Amino acid sequence: MSEIADRIKGVIAGDDVVLFMKGVPAAPQCGFSAAVVEVLAQLNVPFKSVNVLADGEIREGIKEFSDWPTIPQLYVKGEFIGGCDIVREMYQSGELKTMLDDKAVGLARN
Amino acid sequence: MAMTSATIESLIKEAFPDANVVVAPLADDGDHFAARVSTPVFAGLSRVKQHQMVYAALKGKMGNELHALALETSVPTSKE
Repeated sequence: MSEIADRIKGVIAGDDVVLFMKGVPAAPQCGFSAAVVEVLAQLNVPFKSVNVLADGEIREGIKEFSDWPTIPQLYVKGEFIGGCDIVREMYQSGELKTMLDDKAVGLARN
Repeated sequence: MAMTSATIESLIKEAFPDANVVVAPLADDGDHFAARVSTPVFAGLSRVKQHQMVYAALKGKMGNELHALALETSVPTSKE
């Protein structure tokens, strides 16, 4: 594994919910990133965000890491969940909430 | 170079000859599209895997020339 993959692994392991996005939650730089932030806000889930625009190494590395060509990317407890389309679909079907509840994410904090 | 719905559709069809593929532009900028891909090949696969297979069919264009492709994948529900 490359150095950058190790770095990404460390970030993903550091928090239950990690979102790689363009911009920051308060000011997303892309509509797709904004959509995922909105879903997480609706579910009241605390998450760590990584602004790929501020880190070119992660921006390229994350695509290879997950074999996924686009940003945003959502990880829950180390597992790659999907990009904007999948997150939105899972939110609308209720699947996302169920998964977060099953993994007991967001309950212990705040 | 800007892409067209027809180019995207033919790339997806090439990889999934049995698929029902619908591609439409989301904007007039040549790099925002929406695609719906339905094929029995997706049966039993996770959504992530299904989307990865479609991205693979686009041969590296996704995330480059093609900035955004809103993707909806499914398995046909009835034999029509």
